[in-house]
Amino acid sequence: MKSFMHKYVFSTDHKMIGLQFLFTAFLFMLFGGLLAMAIRWQLAWPGTKLPVLGVIMPETYNVIFTMHGTFMIFFVVIAIMVGAFANFTVPLLIGAHDMAFPKINMASYWLFFISCVIMLASFFAPGGAAATGWTAYAPVSVKAPMGQSLWLISLIVLGVSSILGSLNYLTTIVNLRAPGMHFFRMPMTVWAIFITAILVLLATPVLTAALAMLLLDRVLDTTFFLAGTGQPVLWQHVFWFYSHPAVYIMILPAMGIASDVLSVFSRKPLFGYHAMVYALSAIAGLGFIVWAHHMFATGLNPTLGTTFMVATMFIAVPTGVKIFNWLGTLWGGSIHFSSAMLNAIAFVSMFVIGGLSGVFLAAASLDIYLHDTYFVVAHIHYVLFGGSLFGIFAGIYYWYPKMFGRMMNEKLGKIHFWLTFVFYNLTFFPMHIIGIHGMPRRFYDYKQYEFLRGLEPLQLLISISAFALFICQLPFVYNFFVNLFVGKKAPNNPWQANTLEWTIPSPAPHLNYAKVPIVYRWPYEYSLPHAKEDWLAQDQP
Amino acid sequence: MLNWWLPEGISTYSGKVDGIFYIILAITGLMFFLVEGAILFFCLRYRHTQHAKATFVEGNTKLEVIWTLIPAAILIFLMFKSQGVWSEMKSHMPANPDLHIEVTAQQFAWNIHYPDSEVTTLNQLHIPVGKKVLVQVTSKDVIHSFFIPQFRLKQDAVPGSKINVWFEATQVGHYELVCAEFCGLAHYRMRGYLKIETPEEFQAWLDQSKKEAEKKGDEDEW
Repeated sequence: MKSFMHKYVFSTDHKMIGLQFLFTAFLFMLFGGLLAMAIRWQLAWPGTKLPVLGVIMPETYNVIFTMHGTFMIFFVVIAIMVGAFANFTVPLLIGAHDMAFPKINMASYWLFFISCVIMLASFFAPGGAAATGWTAYAPVSVKAPMGQSLWLISLIVLGVSSILGSLNYLTTIVNLRAPGMHFFRMPMTVWAIFITAILVLLATPVLTAALAMLLLDRVLDTTFFLAGTGQPVLWQHVFWFYSHPAVYIMILPAMGIASDVLSVFSRKPLFGYHAMVYALSAIAGLGFIVWAHHMFATGLNPTLGTTFMVATMFIAVPTGVKIFNWLGTLWGGSIHFSSAMLNAIAFVSMFVIGGLSGVFLAAASLDIYLHDTYFVVAHIHYVLFGGSLFGIFAGIYYWYPKMFGRMMNEKLGKIHFWLTFVFYNLTFFPMHIIGIHGMPRRFYDYKQYEFLRGLEPLQLLISISAFALFICQLPFVYNFFVNLFVGKKAPNNPWQANTLEWTIPSPAPHLNYAKVPIVYRWPYEYSLPHAKEDWLAQDQP
Repeated sequence: MLNWWLPEGISTYSGKVDGIFYIILAITGLMFFLVEGAILFFCLRYRHTQHAKATFVEGNTKLEVIWTLIPAAILIFLMFKSQGVWSEMKSHMPANPDLHIEVTAQQFAWNIHYPDSEVTTLNQLHIPVGKKVLVQVTSKDVIHSFFIPQFRLKQDAVPGSKINVWFEATQVGHYELVCAEFCGLAHYRMRGYLKIETPEEFQAWLDQSKKEAEKKGDEDEW
């Protein structure tokens, strides 16, 4: 019993902690997905009875969309990117035995866990859970019932967890790289997590401070965010100062994962490795000076609006560089369409749409119209589902053998991919169109407005596709959980990949490397001319 | 189908905003087809069974420069395009507007006040066509957003701040005033009515309302 607790619960092994994040996030993905289904039910058939929940009332609807966003952003995508993947991959990919601070790593997970418990407990608070959107704009959030306080406390705890995690990743990457693993020999996944950890470290304290100020406004009657002695718009500044970089916290690791997966399954070096690293850094840097593009409609000084538009437009340049380099990686490759690869390609092709729709929103004069409409909802879902989630799927299909020592079923993986890809687009693409028509977000009943009533057929299409999208995750759930027990035993290196984690047994043993590996080359030596094999591992002299 | 697209634009700048929309749609649409087309083509052309041995290429500096500079040039062009309209909407408030209106949002209604004639309505926004209207937007409680889709106009109503916006309608008709910023329980039905009338009709309505307000006495304070 003691060893069970030590191995699976209070573990200091980075791989186990990564999996703890992953499984917790899966649970929240299920909750968040069910909440999304409730949103779509209400928008398709407003005011009709839903199984279990009954008729959704406006107060419930507001809780539902608030918690959908909160769960998916903080407890699913960030948890998987920065909790699960960063933990699992960093020491393995750089040839380290574990994180620099294994106990802080454990503390990071358990703080995350406490934060989850508080967030779930808030549903039982008088007046229900928070209902002011995941953005919790003041002053609505200052005046909201008690659930909002629990929401704030939960996210403050989560912030501390993230900060601890990011310190750990940075220290580990800087100090624990195996001999020969120069910075410019690190796989893109590690680069992406390195830059993401810097973003987390610089941005999260600002959010945490803002959350604390909002909490003070609520419980100690301070007036940071109230009109008169305070300023409601200040909340938006501090909130978006974190939450815009947070978008990159959620997407950069997916970019790293996709880069590596594309290279492995194209059997070709990552195109423009250095340019990719510089582009990541540029995106992260610019990401800190664009926050007010979420606020063009607040009445901010028009000159300031121009400044933020310029910075925002420029972010499209390094983003474009990344996309073109991914195309360059595919070009001339010998492409194997594994489930991981299909998801990585989907990541690129869907992220393109999310990036391009961002250009509409960056143009300040046009954003005045599109702001707070479903166009924005479509945009974030193309970035966070089309981008991050396909990236997550790619990463899971890719590292599952190293995580559990068994293979996932490729056929089921492909079924899952194609169904998800089709219904994902049928769900989210039409949201652009209803947004262009002017439908605002967070509307309990859009039929209150005459000019929106014609959207009914599209709303039905979106809802039915969303239900199908939800059901299409069943093959994945089955594939993931059943193969933990019955999957084919995984060899050390099922994908013939070059990075260090594939040189050790699957699943990766405790402390990873029996002997510290020595790194002789960068990770992308695929299809070298005159070589016997089409790959050459990083530890080969 | 038209019902699913941009609603008709009926302010003097709505056409220019739509112009930006269509320019960006054309450019991003082209990019979309090029990139997705390339992905599709590469996936077919270079699939394992067609192309057993990958070409060893690490990158190409010339290409990196090209695909950095060309998008940058396009984006700078878009910035200038957008900036013209942004400046017209935001930085050039009419010095002598034909009509002043004060809009004060509250959970969950729009208080509309015509200061020159001391007329106040609830949720009824009457304006004359072809006149420059300056609206001062504020809020009593939380942040709302004053959104008239057909004007391509949106302005958050922030408690404690009085923010000016302007517009000039180009045709008469009945439209809706939308709250676009989540403001609480009944956010979704914080609806106002916009009636755009000829200047004569508008003046008649204003005189009539003024008379009624005077009759009711001075208890009509919101």
